[in-house]
Amino acid sequence: MKPFSGTSLTDHALTTGEVLLTYWKVKAEYQWDAGLAMSTYLNGLKQGKLLGIHCPQCRRTLIPPRVFCELCFRPLDQWVELANIGKINTYSVSYVNWDATRRQTPEVPAVIEIDGASPGMGILHLMGEVGDTLEAITRRLKVGTPVQAVWKPDSEREGAITDIRYFRPIG
Amino acid sequence: MGYKNRVAVVGAGLTRFMRRALETPKELAFEAASAALEDAGLTIADIDCVVSVSAPDAFDGVHMKGEYFADGAGAWGKPYMRTYVGGGSGVFSLISGWYHIASGHFDTCLVVAEEKMSAALPHPQGCFNAIYDQFTERPLGVNLLWIFALEMNRYMQTYGIPMETFARVAQKNKRNGMDHPSAQPGIAGDFTIQSILDSEVMVWPVHRQMVSPISDGAGAMVLTSESFARRLSKPPVWIEGVGWNLDTSYWTDRDLCYPTYVEKAARMAYEMAGVTNPRRDIHVAEPYDPFAYKELHHLEGLLLADRGQAPRLAEEGFWDRDTETGIPASPSGGLLGVGNPIAASGVMKLAEIYWQLQGQAGARQVRREVRRGLAQGWGDLMQVGTVVILGK
Ligand SMILES: [Zn+2]
Repeated sequence: MKPFSGTSLTDHALTTGEVLLTYWKVKAEYQWDAGLAMSTYLNGLKQGKLLGIHCPQCRRTLIPPRVFCELCFRPLDQWVELANIGKINTYSVSYVNWDATRRQTPEVPAVIEIDGASPGMGILHLMGEVGDTLEAITRRLKVGTPVQAVWKPDSEREGAITDIRYFRPIG
Repeated sequence: MGYKNRVAVVGAGLTRFMRRALETPKELAFEAASAALEDAGLTIADIDCVVSVSAPDAFDGVHMKGEYFADGAGAWGKPYMRTYVGGGSGVFSLISGWYHIASGHFDTCLVVAEEKMSAALPHPQGCFNAIYDQFTERPLGVNLLWIFALEMNRYMQTYGIPMETFARVAQKNKRNGMDHPSAQPGIAGDFTIQSILDSEVMVWPVHRQMVSPISDGAGAMVLTSESFARRLSKPPVWIEGVGWNLDTSYWTDRDLCYPTYVEKAARMAYEMAGVTNPRRDIHVAEPYDPFAYKELHHLEGLLLADRGQAPRLAEEGFWDRDTETGIPASPSGGLLGVGNPIAASGVMKLAEIYWQLQGQAGARQVRREVRRGLAQGWGDLMQVGTVVILGK
């Protein structure tokens, strides 16, 4: 088999003008309406409540809520207020930002199963009050650790997922 | 199920994989397509139709980039289609090519996968933020690695898998990659387990040496009908089975411990291929390995190991390239050892199975006899499984 082609560039070649470059910057802005399910969910957050929706056919209580059940493929309208507590399904400890730069103090994203929703139904959020070293965080958090939502005060809530500041471990 | 044509693979070609290529996407596509045609002993005039795959347009900053690089893919004046299922696209490309010929509509199809990730600033990872839900997730300040780290930790904690086992998978693939002519500079090598464990934590439990790099590159394959293949001098390799499946985009509601969508795709492909016992009937595998844990996760979804058992088999060397009793996994070096130009890496995996079956894999040739192998892709919001079974 003959060697494959391809010319690998070094950083040096890119920064010294050895290779010619062209640059373009895109401006992309969007404004989304929240839709049927999310409007109710986000309003619930504004009131300090986590809302799920129940499917009478498969008997699952779903979060994040949706106005149709993707399993039964039928419309849903039985909204249910869920608890402010849950347990950790999984978590991680992030030392990088979205642009791949390093963080000094880590963020701790987690999937949290919400009490009152069906088993395994969770949401993505951040953990807080868990320490700021990998050792402390991995000692404090396990799969199954019970957690509670820490809300922003009434006056600061705006109908967004960030109305919950973070979840903290309890017990 | 009846198909009009049995479909053969008669050629494959790749470019080198690179962190940053001088070549443009069109040029990369041209190089890979030319190499595949040359391997098949055909010219573009023999090609009835072209299919292509490539990951998000956002990498290139070129809208409808399938059309943009079509000329390099040999599609001028021909029926042409780009399909896209995220990281699963590379393996899906052969499925897309397969149904063009299986339908009886075409005799020959050139399949081209191209990816140039390096143009996006400050880092192509940012392009992936838009896969998260814009109401419930993006406002949290997401980054791509979160979901994989979350899935890996769930898998790790459920079965009590030691970090060393994931390092062993990375070590195996990076060693295998040393023999691959496309391997990206600095990616393959003989790394110790300790050096992999000591590499920096990116998003725990994912360490730098357990994740595939950013890459540019392209790959291509030539497919033909049985009657056309019989006229060529080389013995063909057959597409025996294809399968694909999509899980829910409500990923926080899924079983993160097990890739059900991969199992469904695998079962579809096994049924078509008449494979009733995958552990006996599949002799070499190229599971998608953008992360070390994913290789193990996928081997379980492919039913090549019981749930939670792929890590133990890794420790025993069951997936090693020189195994005589196990199933070699990622003998190419995989994404961890060769590189990950997303769509092209799936074709690299398919090409490896093709070369293994042809006995053309050189220093990478597995020790055991191989008559049937599979390649598997995975992507979108961790939700798509794509499987192709090749046999001779
Ligand atoms: Zn239902």
